[in-house]
Amino acid sequence: MSKKYESVIGLETHIELSTNTKMFCGCKLSFGEESNVHTCPVCLGHPGSLPVVNKKAIEYAIKIALAVNCKIREYTIFHRKNYFYPDQAKNYQISQYDLPLGVGGYLDVDMGDYVRRVGITRVHMEEDTGKLLHTGRTGRISESVASIVDFNRGGTPLIEIVTEPDIKSPEEAKEYLIRLRNLILYRGVSNCNMEEGSLRCDANISVKKVGEERIGTKTEIKNLNSFKFLQKGLQYEIERQTNLLESGGKVIQQTRHYDNNTNMTKVLRSKEEAHDYRYFPEPDLVPMHIESKVVDEVRCTIGELPAEKAERFEKEYNLPKYDSSFLSNDKKVARYFEDCCKLYSNAKNISNWIMGDFSALLNKEGIDINDSKIKPANLASMLKIIDGGKINSKIAKSVFEEMFKTGESPQVIIEKMGLEQISDGGLLEDIIEEIIKENPGTVKQYKNGKKKAIGFLIGRVMARTKGKANPKMVNEIMTKKLK
Amino acid sequence: MTAHELHNMLVKKEISCADIAESVLSRINRVESKTNSYIRVEKEKMMEEAAAVDEYIGRGGRIGDFTGIPIAVKDNICTKDIITTCASRILKNYIPIYDATVIKKLKEQRYILTGKANMDEFAMGSSNENSYFGNVSNPWDTERVPGGSSGGPAASAAAGEAVCSIGSDTGGSIRQPASLCGVVGFKPTYGAVSRYGLIAFASSLDQIGPLTRDVEDCAGLLNVICGHDENDSTSINRKNPDFKSFLKDDVRNMRIGVPAELMVKEIDAEVKSTVNAALLKLEELGAKVEEISLPNLKYALSVYYIIAPSEASSNLSRFDGVRYGHRNKEAKTLREMYKKSRSEGFGDEVKRRIMIGTYCLSAGYYDAYYEKAQKVRTLIIDDFRKAFKKYDVLISPTSPTTAFKAGEKLDDPLTMYLSDICTIPVNLAGLPAVSIPVGLSPEGSLPIGLQVIGDILREDNVLKAAYNIERAVGFDKKPNIL
Repeated sequence: MSKKYESVIGLETHIELSTNTKMFCGCKLSFGEESNVHTCPVCLGHPGSLPVVNKKAIEYAIKIALAVNCKIREYTIFHRKNYFYPDQAKNYQISQYDLPLGVGGYLDVDMGDYVRRVGITRVHMEEDTGKLLHTGRTGRISESVASIVDFNRGGTPLIEIVTEPDIKSPEEAKEYLIRLRNLILYRGVSNCNMEEGSLRCDANISVKKVGEERIGTKTEIKNLNSFKFLQKGLQYEIERQTNLLESGGKVIQQTRHYDNNTNMTKVLRSKEEAHDYRYFPEPDLVPMHIESKVVDEVRCTIGELPAEKAERFEKEYNLPKYDSSFLSNDKKVARYFEDCCKLYSNAKNISNWIMGDFSALLNKEGIDINDSKIKPANLASMLKIIDGGKINSKIAKSVFEEMFKTGESPQVIIEKMGLEQISDGGLLEDIIEEIIKENPGTVKQYKNGKKKAIGFLIGRVMARTKGKANPKMVNEIMTKKLK
Repeated sequence: MTAHELHNMLVKKEISCADIAESVLSRINRVESKTNSYIRVEKEKMMEEAAAVDEYIGRGGRIGDFTGIPIAVKDNICTKDIITTCASRILKNYIPIYDATVIKKLKEQRYILTGKANMDEFAMGSSNENSYFGNVSNPWDTERVPGGSSGGPAASAAAGEAVCSIGSDTGGSIRQPASLCGVVGFKPTYGAVSRYGLIAFASSLDQIGPLTRDVEDCAGLLNVICGHDENDSTSINRKNPDFKSFLKDDVRNMRIGVPAELMVKEIDAEVKSTVNAALLKLEELGAKVEEISLPNLKYALSVYYIIAPSEASSNLSRFDGVRYGHRNKEAKTLREMYKKSRSEGFGDEVKRRIMIGTYCLSAGYYDAYYEKAQKVRTLIIDDFRKAFKKYDVLISPTSPTTAFKAGEKLDDPLTMYLSDICTIPVNLAGLPAVSIPVGLSPEGSLPIGLQVIGDILREDNVLKAAYNIERAVGFDKKPNIL
């Protein structure tokens, strides 16, 4: 991007809630099941059927709204958004309009060297549409002769989170979405699975000359359905708009589709083709009065936020800031850490292992800490064994890897593999004497003042004992012998 | 005969359900070709079900007020496995996959469904001339309309093609045809009867209600169909009273208001004088009758013709040929399919209202029309609220005229819309109201209906007033077709 221009970005994120049933009927939520199995007169839009609000969905929506620091409106209503399309059974979507559930929030996005506060305009509730499947080899609408509709997804509770145009770069957009996703995962109200479409993101973007106050003409980009695509799609669009302006052209207000195969955006529809949704209050539903008491109750069930947790870790476990924030970022990791702390007192040691070897192995395998075979009790006992001097930290690495593979306790592994540290003073003395005899040159160097040479000799001892020698004792004995 | 008379005979075993069904069926066979009250008559099923109910009674089964009673159901109420058309081509072959809540309740009573009664398409009309399945004729004079949109339910009850019937009322669709056909028609408080399974016209105004031959049957049917339903968010959660307990011979000190705005020049003189005569009788019985003014009622018609079409334009958008109903097979694109299916599927009046409603909700017009109309609606509600501080019920004519000739107002929708001038304000305010016959016009020997309006959930006052008027007036005329 040319340095002369800066971008203005706002995001609209849709999140499918993980309630048991749909937003306005009793049908189960599902994914990947046989088409149209989870349907009823209501979600199929049959004549005479009526919607009934899912109370659990309201509770979940309040949790999300609170997560992004929104005020919960005491009086909120549903509207009908009218437009014809076959993925909608009623040809209107029950959504919210000018009286949404949550308003006026923000999310602080940590960019490392600065924090971007992104304003949240609104958090509102609506129902998801069905899925259109286009027949034909490619599955593209333009090459198919017929389309079929699967209403299993139709009516799934959906939350839309709209930001202010506060985001200044694709990187910030990506970090915002990561942070938002973590917050929602933390609350257990959505699985936020981007591949399955339970978290979807659209972006509004414009560019303007640096320092200019007036915001430029924006485009809306659809289908930015991964962190990578969000960043890449925005990058492409910023370049496209900047080039247009640079060459004396104009940005036209339109909706564009991001194609992740070509990494380009193409026009979906222009402003003139935009729908008039003819919003009006949904007469089949009554207004909702959400008392502050209810909001407080929901707030109580939420538990700690990541930031609060990090602060507590810092104080309670005396951890550095970096460790605290790493551990509290993922709810499962935080719980794992605390479970270990109940069994073993040196929190920093636990933290080091989780952030280091453990995370590396988890990442390599692509699994969650909860799915790991190493249970907190086993990690704790391994740390105790290290402290007791039975194994050294180098050996511990192999023990840990074995634990990760098999799930066996460290005691069993140490015994099985014969990894117990040699702390027998007599045995060590014999070995050390052997090494001294074998390496007269090095010994001479040491005695001539080259103190570093001792490292080589210790290394030889470790090699001979296959790493099992107690390093502290080897050091002591070796120093004594060389005097 | 009325349902309560038949019920007593059933209990005394003087008659069987099969006898009742047979007599209704023979009436249908005799007059249906003249009235066209039904879109579909369930002849075989009726006799089968009657036999089954007789067997059930024989086993000692409980005989409810409407057990074994043949009842007609307006064709906009979903009946599982029985075609439900809304009198529209677009739903010509639509078979519902579920029963409306009122149907479930009637089935619990073991009622007998006579058939699906004719109506104006999607309940839009005041003369039953907007049905894809043909006009309904008034049993008092077959050249005249039965009123609408529940023309079929009113005509079938009046002509004895059913003992009573179930209709729906959005702006007068139960009361106006009841008035024109000389039967009792009750629109309950909005939310008193579940709308689940009623194919929506205007969601905030629609309400299901009974059409019967007397007030007692009306109260009896309210006992069956009223009640909270968790499938309808707008249904009111209250314990059902025994509506029959309100049928008491006592109107002494009842405070009755007569809104001047419903006695205006558009009301025929013969209608006014007949209603006034009934009011005099109430005064003789000790009621206190006063004229009052509800100034905002004069806007009711305008408000209604914005709100109702707006909601309808959205409610009817689901009829697109995609999942059920009429679909144009030649269309090449999605847009074309929508356009052709809907153009072919809907009649003129329905199209007119979809267009009005779509316009009223459009960007740039919403504030001036829909929002403004909602504000005025609130003013109308306030007028009624004030009035009910002083009065127990309000009384007016139901319809400004008696039954008019078929075709007379068809080309003049605005005049047609005036037919509901007295009934529409009631829907806007969600109030309970009944129309009961109080006399025949001197000129044409056509029935004239009187409307009793009560405050929200005050069905008790409405039924009490209606019951006393019924007894005082002693209307016992029968339509010519009999």
